[in-house]
Amino acid sequence: MIDKRARTVAEALGEVPDGATVLIGGFGTAGIPVELIEGLIEQGARELTVVNNNAGNGDTGLAALLKTGRVRKIVCSFPRQADSHVFDALYRSGRIELELVPQGNLAERLRAAGAGIGAFFTPTGYGTALAAGKETRMIDGRGHVLETPIHGDLALIKAERGDRWGNLSYRMAARNFGPVMATAARRTVATVHEVVELGGLDPEAVVTPGIHVSRLVQVPRVATRAGGTAEAAR
Amino acid sequence: MSTYKPRSKDEIARRVAQDIHEGTYVNLGIGMPTAVANHIPPDREVILHSENGILGMGPAPPPGAEDYDLINAGKQPVTLRPGGVFFHHADSFAMMRGGHLDICVLGAFQVSVRGDLANWSTGEAGAIPAVGGAMDLAIGAKQVWVMMELLTRQGQSKIVAECSYPLTAAACVRRIYTDLATLDITPQGLRLVDAVPGVTREALQGLVGLPVAAA
Repeated sequence: MIDKRARTVAEALGEVPDGATVLIGGFGTAGIPVELIEGLIEQGARELTVVNNNAGNGDTGLAALLKTGRVRKIVCSFPRQADSHVFDALYRSGRIELELVPQGNLAERLRAAGAGIGAFFTPTGYGTALAAGKETRMIDGRGHVLETPIHGDLALIKAERGDRWGNLSYRMAARNFGPVMATAARRTVATVHEVVELGGLDPEAVVTPGIHVSRLVQVPRVATRAGGTAEAAR
Repeated sequence: MSTYKPRSKDEIARRVAQDIHEGTYVNLGIGMPTAVANHIPPDREVILHSENGILGMGPAPPPGAEDYDLINAGKQPVTLRPGGVFFHHADSFAMMRGGHLDICVLGAFQVSVRGDLANWSTGEAGAIPAVGGAMDLAIGAKQVWVMMELLTRQGQSKIVAECSYPLTAAACVRRIYTDLATLDITPQGLRLVDAVPGVTREALQGLVGLPVAAA
């Protein structure tokens, strides 16, 4: 019997080696797998490369992971936010490396990794500082930049519902990077708020088929908190 | 110097909204462009796209009804209109890059007379860079419109011969809505669309320091 359900976050995470590349879902705080990040902090892996759209909000979740000093490099599109003070301080003091990637290139590089694409030409970023040093080509009269896939050793994502085969559905705009990251990592761990029986998810509405999911763990529903704005969480 | 009253941010937003027609798919950038949504009449069906995976985004919810799983690109709570849908990030940016959005409205630090856009970085030493979806929108939407004040606080034109700030994309801007005038970018250069009362084409040329063709 296939059963991808883990009883605890620690069991779901397994061993994360030092130096791992960890893809973390979420946009602002929507879709951030807070419990898995806390598990990663507890587990203690160092010298990590983290891929996320942002670089942490407030002092919890990704910001808390950054604060431990165990993240060597972050790959993201929008680090600077009203409440990104943890990242800001690390960056200003040269204690974290930043690879800034246009958001669509971030998503497509992850998609390419999951889809087995070796590299792709995109018009995004052509002629800008973010394409400096990259191979370019004119295609149909338009400048394109060669971009490479981003493979993860581990993806940590937040979904809404799942079954023991690892099939997942999401909730509203908390979906964001989850489905692409799930395909781009050697191992994908998802949190869900509800585990249903096989057949309990509408097969027409499964967003991430279980083939992309290694483990899932049920966590209590806590309302997603405000993030990326200075506003206090409710 | 003639006297004139510049358009307020809300008035610029209203001016932009006049040109957004029924049935269009539109992305409003973070900052000033977000206000455009407030000026689209409710009986005009315009479908708003948000980069984080929403088509059919609606206005902010009433206080107390915020759901932080439903936010816009600026991470503020929004609502979903009936018929609205969610999708993941790679699909969302395929919509942009693939040329499926009719219009995007972006803020800008500078726009060149050729339509080069600079809106993601001032290039200042020590500043933390952030780009988000700006480069994807700028190369992807069928029409890229800029909404900004014409002059900096120091009185310098943000419409320039050459951008001095780092580029977001080259030759992508079609139209510029400002507090003093609306201008098209054409292969021949700037062309006046409209101006606030009291601002003549000649005065505008003086402020911008570039030729402006008549409407």
